[in-house]
Amino acid sequence: MKLTGAQIVIETLLEQGVDTVFGFPGATVIDIYDKLYDRSNEIKHVLAAHEQGAAHMADGYARSTGKPGVVIATSGPGATNLVTGIATAFLDSVPVIAITGNVSNSMIGRDAFQEIDITGVTLPITKHNFFVRDIKVLADTIREAFKIATSGRPGPVLIDIPNDIQIGTCDYKPLKKVIPAKPAKADDLTIAKAVELIAECKRPYIYFGGGAVRAGCGAEILALADKIDAFVGCSMMGLSEIPSTHPRFLGMQGMHGHFASSVALAKSDLMIAVGVRFSDRATGKTDRYALNSKKIHIDADFAEIGKNVSVDLGVCCNIKDFLARLTDAVEAKKLPDWEEKIKSLRTRESDAYDDDTFVPREVILEVASKVKPDTRIATDVGQHQMWTAQFYNFRKKHTWLSSGGLGTMGFGLGAAIGASFATGKPSVLITGDGSFGMSLNELATAVTYNVPVTVVIFNNRTLGMVRQWQTLFYDKRYSGTTLERGTDFVKLAEAFGAKGYRADDIDGFRKVFDEAYAYNGPAVIDMKIDPDSMVLPMLRPGGTFDNLVTWKEAENEEG
Amino acid sequence: MKKDKIIIAIYVDNQYGVLSRVTAMFTRRGFNIDSLTVGETESPAYSRITITLSAAKTDKDQVVSQLRKLYNVKKVVVLSNEECIKRELMLIKVRNGEDVRERIIETANIFRAKIIDLGEEAISIEVTGDSQKIDGFIQNVKAFGIIEMCRTGIVALDRGSTTIWSDHDDD
Repeated sequence: MKLTGAQIVIETLLEQGVDTVFGFPGATVIDIYDKLYDRSNEIKHVLAAHEQGAAHMADGYARSTGKPGVVIATSGPGATNLVTGIATAFLDSVPVIAITGNVSNSMIGRDAFQEIDITGVTLPITKHNFFVRDIKVLADTIREAFKIATSGRPGPVLIDIPNDIQIGTCDYKPLKKVIPAKPAKADDLTIAKAVELIAECKRPYIYFGGGAVRAGCGAEILALADKIDAFVGCSMMGLSEIPSTHPRFLGMQGMHGHFASSVALAKSDLMIAVGVRFSDRATGKTDRYALNSKKIHIDADFAEIGKNVSVDLGVCCNIKDFLARLTDAVEAKKLPDWEEKIKSLRTRESDAYDDDTFVPREVILEVASKVKPDTRIATDVGQHQMWTAQFYNFRKKHTWLSSGGLGTMGFGLGAAIGASFATGKPSVLITGDGSFGMSLNELATAVTYNVPVTVVIFNNRTLGMVRQWQTLFYDKRYSGTTLERGTDFVKLAEAFGAKGYRADDIDGFRKVFDEAYAYNGPAVIDMKIDPDSMVLPMLRPGGTFDNLVTWKEAENEEG
Repeated sequence: MKKDKIIIAIYVDNQYGVLSRVTAMFTRRGFNIDSLTVGETESPAYSRITITLSAAKTDKDQVVSQLRKLYNVKKVVVLSNEECIKRELMLIKVRNGEDVRERIIETANIFRAKIIDLGEEAISIEVTGDSQKIDGFIQNVKAFGIIEMCRTGIVALDRGSTTIWSDHDDD
């Protein structure tokens, strides 16, 4: 059948199983929007306040389901507003399809109104991008975009469609949903080498990240850990893949990781790294990183093997299959000395945390105890993010939505909204007053669609993470980090049409949280936090894990 | 760390924008290209890019891996310096004059270079060979006065019947 390009876009999205798109219309996508209107029963369009918010919504949708998220924006500023959202998805390997309009082919290169070379702009922040010059390849280009975005290590793909392509007509034949390319299985020799390394080790540590979440291999990791008496830690991107309270799980390691997890990693003699890229926030100085350990690295992306840290055995393969076969092949181990060591590290850590006056922790524990286990927890970036990563009790997969690689302040509200659309359930955003200021316009979106998102603002009237650095390393010179804005977040929420609550202490928070969370729509809680609260432990800039900033030392600097 | 001169042959889709995707990867990852050539191949659907760079072993591996990740890149091979044939072409314009003409022509003959344009004030010469030969030629005519020169960068093929599609050590 003959369809217009705009119809082909919509039909191909439907064919690929898309049920929701996020976006903002404009002159060069008006034809796509026109055809979307015809299919509004099958594809829900969510109108964001700003294209960046729309991109984060598509990202939150993808992170909370594993399905690709779709965002549509017009040419020029619409497209450039997507950039931070696309880069966020790229750095965290999230499958996002961004569709942008552009001026007609005849106008390309003439600096027409709202013309921008968005494929050029997004070249380094997409897994791949397409500029569609010919309507005959439009449908296949969109299908290929879905395939690229979801195969191997996922990532965002942008498709730029000039307006004349949308208006033109072409034959269209519906095809089946594309199937992501399956990674090859590791060969037996590689498994045998891993078995050998495990046989020699006495202090094994399994370190997993976002690649493990993507592979859904939490159960396989725990089975291996049980069999070889290994302990398990993760990068920030790995959170929620295995339950936080599992006895083998030591928590997040890295710059602000759990003390026991970070130190255990440094002490281990074998690290099995699963779907991680050894980011600097996880490793500190790489030339002094985990020097005691041999390393096995399993990843979906061959370019990650040996990129940041050299390893003894690196393999790009089907991660889940590898772990299952490895577990079958290894001899069971029992390592009482290692268990003892871990136990003592855990005791030291829990002694340090044994303090119920630390308000940020109490707030997060309260949230964790009240929300359903499958509630998606989004964050922005800063202290509140690290506290949530440290203290929140993750029970279900895909419940942690946070910008790890790019560290995007302003990510959270869009992500939480996108997650609610994906799951049809309430979600929670934990944010700071600094971060929330970057994206609060999306409260309008939450109100429009009555999205049940509960926003908890850790309001410390500062940019807390930078302030913490200034306290510890810059002689308390608080340059540019004090927020003397006097924003009344309760009134602000109400002005948007959301519910607003205020809490000055943990008791106050407990009183309002239940009501805010029960409210079937967006609710904002302005929670007062001490500006001198710190995220600890902390890896010194350029430091190593045997020299963390811990609670005692920070106490002397506080205030 | 020890750096080696390496030659990378890359088969890519013959489409607009592909060259910039390849070079953008080098820029983005902080690798420095010494020379780059691109042109047609035996198949109109593909272009062949030949890149030379100085890189330590870990950088070399990373360059190859990152190239292989690019959607439009079909094949990447590091050519072994011993097992490949490589050529570069240079056009060079040297100052002419009664006093030096004979010596310039003699130098060109020694290097089996071709004189392709002869004027009263300048001689233009074509030199083909590996990069060392071309470097050597430049050294020898420097004293006469180089007015302008232009080098293509290396093109290279495997020796014998081996092609870019054959198995290579680093595959």
